Amino acid sequence: MIVKVQKEDFDASAACAEMATVSGAGALVTFVGTVRDYSDASDILSMEIEHYPGMTEKELERVSMQAAKAYDIIDSLIIHRYGLLQPQDNIVLVAVWSRHRAAAFDACRFLIDVLKSSAPFWKKEITPQGSRWVTDCPGCRAGSREGHRHSVPSAHPDQRLHSS
Amino acid sequence: MIHVKFFASVRERVGSAKMQLACPPGGFTVEEVLTMVEGQAGTELHDAHLLAALNQQHVPLTALVKDEDEVAFFPPVTGG
Repeated sequence: MIVKVQKEDFDASAACAEMATVSGAGALVTFVGTVRDYSDASDILSMEIEHYPGMTEKELERVSMQAAKAYDIIDSLIIHRYGLLQPQDNIVLVAVWSRHRAAAFDACRFLIDVLKSSAPFWKKEITPQGSRWVTDCPGCRAGSREGHRHSVPSAHPDQRLHSS
Repeated sequence: MIHVKFFASVRERVGSAKMQLACPPGGFTVEEVLTMVEGQAGTELHDAHLLAALNQQHVPLTALVKDEDEVAFFPPVTGG
């Protein structure tokens, strides 16, 4: 169970390969969250992520322990970035190893859903109209399987729904 | 002393990332700490969405604070 909070970008494949000592695993499920280039009818030029050093790591470790108790998994890895990010940049990696796929899928979803509502990170979007703090979105928090609406500029008609 | 930290929009409203408050012998609740902060910062922070942490763990505003504790106030988290 490893948790990293860092400014630097990560390579999901390389980060998982570094955990190659995970033995007995028959499944690896990963989730990578990235910076969207739109929100609330405005383009996003960049995104600043603030966090609470110390508490952030404790919360991520706590949810990792919860996942290890709740699901039949072998190991997990969470990397979450902070600082100034650009559209399409990686924000977060959640990786889970298990003997069978179901537990890895379930635990990976559990980890990203729970960290979104408990780990002390805050996003500020920088748009052409100025900067603004991202507010808590019930649809994002619930992780709706069907996706949910964020207002999208007409330049991005293919992105009217998202489900991250 | 009680060590108080502020993050994100709450930090901007307070105009500072941290503050220290003298702790009375009987201690405080987190809500009383918040009221003291509002007085010092000259701004209202109470709202239905405000979150608090005590020694880096989420707590309700009714939690008890003692000398040398770290209290933090922040808006709903938006990571991931």
